[in-house]
Amino acid sequence: MSSGDEISQTISKKSKKPQYSRFTQQELPACKPILTPGLVITTLISIGIIFIPIGLSSLSASENVVEIVDRYDDACVPSTGNDEAAKRERLSFIQNAKTNKTCIRNLVVPKKMKHPIYVYYQLDNFYQNHRRYVKSRSDRQYRSPKYEGDTKTCDPESEIDDHKPIVPCGLIAWSLFNDTYGISTKSNPVPINKKDIAWGSDKSSKFGSNVYPKNFQNQDPIGGGKLNESLPLSEQEDLLVWMRTAALPNFRKLYGRIETDLEANEKISVVIQNNYNTYSFDSRKQLVLSTTTWIGGKNDFLGKAYITVGGICLFLAIAFLLTYVIKPRPLGDPAYLSWNLNSAEL
Amino acid sequence: MDSNSNSYSQFQNENSSLPDFIRNSSSQRSSSSIQSFHSKASGGHSVKEVSFELGSKPSVRYGSRGADSERFSSSYKEINDQDARLVYINDPEKTNEKFEFAKNSIRTGKYSILTFLPRNLFEQFHRVAYIYFLVIAILNQLPQLAVFGRGASIMPLAFVLLVTAVKDGYEDYRRHRSDNIENNRLAWVLVNDQFQQKKWKDMRVGEIVKISANETLPCDMVLLSTSDTTGVAYIQTTNLDGESNLKTRYAKQETQMKNPEKEKISGLIKCEKPNRNIYGFQANMEIDGKRVSLGPSNIILRGCELKNTSWALGIVVYAGGETKAMLNNSGAPSKRSRLETHMNREIIYLSIFLVVLCTIVSVCHGAWLRRHKDDLVLMQFYRKKDYSEPKVDDYNYYGWGMEIFFVFLMSVIVFQIMIPISLYISMELVRVGQAYFMIRDDRMYDKASNSRFQCRALNINEDLGQIKYVFSDKTGTLTENKMEFQCASIGGVDYSGGKAISEDEQTGYSLRVEGQVFRPKMKVKVDPELLSLSKQKHTDEGRHVHDFFIALAACNTIVPLTVETSDPALKLIDYQGESPDEQALVYAAAAYGFMLIERTSGHIVIDIQGERQRYNVLGLHEFDSDRKRMSVILGCPDNTFKVFVKGADTTMFNVIDRSLNSNTVKATEDHLHLYSSKGLRTLVVGMRDLSASEFEQWQSSYERASTALMGRAALLRKVAYNVETSLSVLGASAIEDKLQQGVPEAIESLRNAGIRVWVLTGDKQETAISIGYSSKLLTSKMTQIVVNNNSKESCKKSLEDALVMCKKLTTDSDATRRGSGARKTEIALIIDGTSLVHILDTELEEQVLIVYCTYSLSISELQSISIFNSSLSINLQLFNLSSKCTVVLCCRVAPLQKAGIVALMKNRANEMTLAIGDGANDVSMIQMADVGIGISGQEGRQAVMASDFAMAQFRFLVPLLFVHGHWNYQRMSYMILYNFYRNAVFVLVLFWYALFTSFTLTTAITDWSSVLYSVIYTALPTIVVGVLDKDLSRTTLLRYPQLYGTGQRQESYNGKLFWVTIMDTLWQSIAAFFVPLLAYWGSDVDRSSLGDLWTIAVVILVNIHLAMDVVRWYWITHAAIWGSIVATFICVMVIDVLPFLPGYWAFFHIAGTKLFWACLFGITIAALVPRFVVKIFIQYFRPDDIQIARELEKVENSRESRDAEIEMNPIFDPPRR
Repeated sequence: MSSGDEISQTISKKSKKPQYSRFTQQELPACKPILTPGLVITTLISIGIIFIPIGLSSLSASENVVEIVDRYDDACVPSTGNDEAAKRERLSFIQNAKTNKTCIRNLVVPKKMKHPIYVYYQLDNFYQNHRRYVKSRSDRQYRSPKYEGDTKTCDPESEIDDHKPIVPCGLIAWSLFNDTYGISTKSNPVPINKKDIAWGSDKSSKFGSNVYPKNFQNQDPIGGGKLNESLPLSEQEDLLVWMRTAALPNFRKLYGRIETDLEANEKISVVIQNNYNTYSFDSRKQLVLSTTTWIGGKNDFLGKAYITVGGICLFLAIAFLLTYVIKPRPLGDPAYLSWNLNSAEL
Repeated sequence: MDSNSNSYSQFQNENSSLPDFIRNSSSQRSSSSIQSFHSKASGGHSVKEVSFELGSKPSVRYGSRGADSERFSSSYKEINDQDARLVYINDPEKTNEKFEFAKNSIRTGKYSILTFLPRNLFEQFHRVAYIYFLVIAILNQLPQLAVFGRGASIMPLAFVLLVTAVKDGYEDYRRHRSDNIENNRLAWVLVNDQFQQKKWKDMRVGEIVKISANETLPCDMVLLSTSDTTGVAYIQTTNLDGESNLKTRYAKQETQMKNPEKEKISGLIKCEKPNRNIYGFQANMEIDGKRVSLGPSNIILRGCELKNTSWALGIVVYAGGETKAMLNNSGAPSKRSRLETHMNREIIYLSIFLVVLCTIVSVCHGAWLRRHKDDLVLMQFYRKKDYSEPKVDDYNYYGWGMEIFFVFLMSVIVFQIMIPISLYISMELVRVGQAYFMIRDDRMYDKASNSRFQCRALNINEDLGQIKYVFSDKTGTLTENKMEFQCASIGGVDYSGGKAISEDEQTGYSLRVEGQVFRPKMKVKVDPELLSLSKQKHTDEGRHVHDFFIALAACNTIVPLTVETSDPALKLIDYQGESPDEQALVYAAAAYGFMLIERTSGHIVIDIQGERQRYNVLGLHEFDSDRKRMSVILGCPDNTFKVFVKGADTTMFNVIDRSLNSNTVKATEDHLHLYSSKGLRTLVVGMRDLSASEFEQWQSSYERASTALMGRAALLRKVAYNVETSLSVLGASAIEDKLQQGVPEAIESLRNAGIRVWVLTGDKQETAISIGYSSKLLTSKMTQIVVNNNSKESCKKSLEDALVMCKKLTTDSDATRRGSGARKTEIALIIDGTSLVHILDTELEEQVLIVYCTYSLSISELQSISIFNSSLSINLQLFNLSSKCTVVLCCRVAPLQKAGIVALMKNRANEMTLAIGDGANDVSMIQMADVGIGISGQEGRQAVMASDFAMAQFRFLVPLLFVHGHWNYQRMSYMILYNFYRNAVFVLVLFWYALFTSFTLTTAITDWSSVLYSVIYTALPTIVVGVLDKDLSRTTLLRYPQLYGTGQRQESYNGKLFWVTIMDTLWQSIAAFFVPLLAYWGSDVDRSSLGDLWTIAVVILVNIHLAMDVVRWYWITHAAIWGSIVATFICVMVIDVLPFLPGYWAFFHIAGTKLFWACLFGITIAALVPRFVVKIFIQYFRPDDIQIARELEKVENSRESRDAEIEMNPIFDPPRR
């Protein structure tokens, strides 16, 4: 080290003068964009230009989705009507395990549906996101037989009378949806593929391949479907789909896939086992057959929203352009400073 | 005095009906009224005492005019036994027998190991916000209410508490360490008639202690004897009040002669209870059957150093925590910034908002339960009954009412971050960052004193951007307080031809004695004509000059010290004394060959042109603020007796015999006028020969007075009055107190920024006005209103007149302005201390009344009171008047008055005040003002210790306020609003979702994201922007001081902005929530996936929102904003790969769909378009000053870079060192 350096060091040690650096003097190089009219108009126009095409394409995508929705919960019970007697009759029908609940619905395919066609069941006004409901599960128990007894969080469906744990425990599993659908065209049945309807991640990691149902739906009240006790949880795909609780009170869940095309105007009949009790509260069941595109199912909202926002931005760009032409204000004119304005006015 | 005592008695009468808190203060008054006569004793007052004295003690006199004698006589009355502490000299056992006085060990540490946790937590929970979060965390632990995971809910609060506790703990550890060092220092204490070394902490009240030269005093002691035969001890009080000059303290003659090692001293000291007034002490001592009274000049205080005295003996009267130094150590009370006060108001709005949200949710939930009350039992997602037990039971159902209540509490837990706890932490961090930049600013570094800017208070940075009133001390703040002898008028002749001398040309006067050269330490420029005159002894003029300089050299309390230099043959004489004026005068005398060599209490030695002359100092009448002069009676070598007097012209001309030499007197008066109009400080010097009989008469009365037990000061003053008469005028001296560098420019900028500058000075009016002109405080365009009265009535009248005139002037100027467009007439008010006494005295009564009526009243209400009681309105008049004036100059102001004025303006005007000063006399003012700034200058550190910020030069006020203050204010206001918005958006998204979960407060967003939201996802950018963003460059801010007005007008943070922000928040939350909701309506999306979308959408939204408002993009800003978004993605991913959480892998599923990204993009734009549009329309059609200035910057920059390759930014120059 040269002596000069040493001297400067000793000086800087004695002097309390702050060491100069761009950082400490707040002089770091900086970019300071300001909103010039040009920039503003360009921004607004480009938002418009980007948004409108996106909106149009998502609208057309939504247009292209072919969807058959059939509400069957009213039709598949013997009595309709809102009076108390009808209600009681409906309830006793659905709650009786012995009655024949088969119900046949005939549907027409409005447009050609290319495969894969997704078969959903849709429940409305069913709060899968209710706090009591979503909390009533035990992810540990589902994952490993070690934690079989880990049912604290599963109340009120944690164990049966002599403290035997229910596997899978909790309200969600207990209320498993158990309507079944069989579809056939005029001549031949249309197979519904029920493999791979649940998330791969759920099958591989979230639900154990060595956890088998135990004591499930063995005790009144019975909330929904039963499980095959010889299959591990990870292969009970209907359960896995059901356990992915829906975000909103109106939701669809995947039932299966049809791997063949359905032609336009083709008549199909659906054999429904109407087992699931939605009659004790104000809920609806629907069967949905739908193709899919990049925006998912049929939903015009996003397209309309994009077009609206894009349109508004274009309109604002024009409005701003006009006001700029009619009443321009030079940028950075000191005459506009308040103290200059005051003295000019007086 | 009459009016005063009336008001006093009136006060007493009212006392019975007063509320308790008043009575408390009045009963305290009885003990503290003793202090009141120490009118100069202001420096050590804490703010508490100041406000106390201002508030409720009518017996205080701000000035010292009149009434002192009465008070003196009464003050020497017995100290009540119950109010007194009895100290038996040299008998610590007996002293501490009845009541154990504090030992001398000190403890500044707050905590011990055991008490640390509870006490620290207790102190931290003084913050209401912390209690709120604690309650929420506790609520969340209840099983019925557990909304979040238990760990997740406690973590943030625990983190904050831990960080603060570690910080406090470390600070306390350092205090303990320094306490330990202090406590284990050694001192010589008399034990069994022998001096032994003892640790400081073991010393007790009543013990006799021996201190050697240059030692620090361990406790407060009454001096018993010193090495000097006359009992003088010199002490330096740097540690106590920062004054570096020597002060003299006296041992009583009664004890001076005793040697405690040989003969036992016993006696009793009765002194007042410990108090924090470092300039006051009141006691008497019974010794050998005599009673001697003790005053402040007999006590030496802990922390001082003994100088120039080889030893001193003292008896401990106050020890340890009861010493005045420790009592003064409590530090400045913490101040709260105005922005934070306003913020608290908005926090209340937010709390109301929070309650509304919670009420909506819980009421709706109640309605939902009601509607489904028949279905609940078996409803799959509700299942009211638990059938798993043999007995069928309600499962977690507590009935309709309780459910509603629980939902309410749960929603408080879920929506808790509506009240932004992170804001408090962010604000602390941002302030630390801002302080860092203020400290490191090399434009606020002073080379001469090698001192940086200091931030002593960390919580009022942003107040610097809103200052409306600046109260400045003059001496040492505007001026350098380096007194320089400029010129003199001697015998009616003006000698002001002194030239500045260069170092080598003339070495100044020096003296050779036995091969050694003595030279005064400071050089003074000399007038050659006067110099030659001073060498002539035998002309009339020569004799006159001779007497003049003898007076300068003798009539003072300066102590000459000889200082060794590196050259063994050269010694410097350093004059030490309490008054810098006297120092300057003695140096001047030395430069003309009248060098003061030696001073003891009995005689002085002056070397006159090489001849040593010994003068006996027979008596010295000290300066007091009433006489405003001092005198010394010398026995000259030729056996004559002379009295030399020097003092302020106002009082000197009363005692000068004009008939003796009327021409000289007249000429001197003219010269004085000339000098003071140049801004020089003047003193008049007079003398008189005493005849033998006169001398004897004086001597006997002097002896009698100085040994009197009762009312000694008054008696001495009477003696002084008798001898200081019919003087002949010798001349006048003029001393320059140089303006500090850059002061006029700084004051001009402050005025341009719309800041009202008040200068409060002890100088006399002419001097103050001339300094005012030279510092550009006053300009020739201003209309001056001078208020200078002796009585309350006349004072009131002149204020009224001034108001009328003021009104006329403003209307006149309005008229003329309309016609000609001329500048607004500026008015300067000049008011003197005497008038202020009258004005502020009424303030006292009024304050009592106000407290009596209600706690506080607005100004309009005060005006209505003043209709009933016209005497009350006088200070309101001052306020009205001064608020119309751009500049106010208060002269002849006592220290406590300074605080009174600041308090008046602070309370009345409701504007931000800043006080700046350098001396102990400014402490009260500094603590009273919203922002107190200490100048770390000549007078030491007392002001700095009391201040919130400290700096070396007045001119740094300009960059401090205009640049840092402006930035701090802008940054902090934006940050607060942004934090409100940021948290409210998130809470509203949670709220909207609650409406779709049958009002049960399920959150789609995971618990961990809720917790991390204000910690990781969005915290860093606001802090970075709060520390770094600059709305305007330094150059622009300094060029247009008017830009400072944005802070004064509270343009960046106000109620309107808050509500606009809330509206914006509402829209943005709607966009962020409903776009995904409607896009995914009726689809098979699951809760966790949609939650992840909402999380990311909100985070991107708030970060882009911030990005839109950033003015300057540094790489750090980029890193923080985009980094936060990236960090959010990473965190969400990490949360979603934990298989035990319900949302396992959700993010990867939803992020694989195009709909997800389309939603994200759409939300961001749709949410921000309204804000963007409003912003551009405001910027374009209603631009504020900042906007215009910013454009100006940009336009000019581009213009410059187009013009030529000029280096437009100074930072590209070689780095400054």
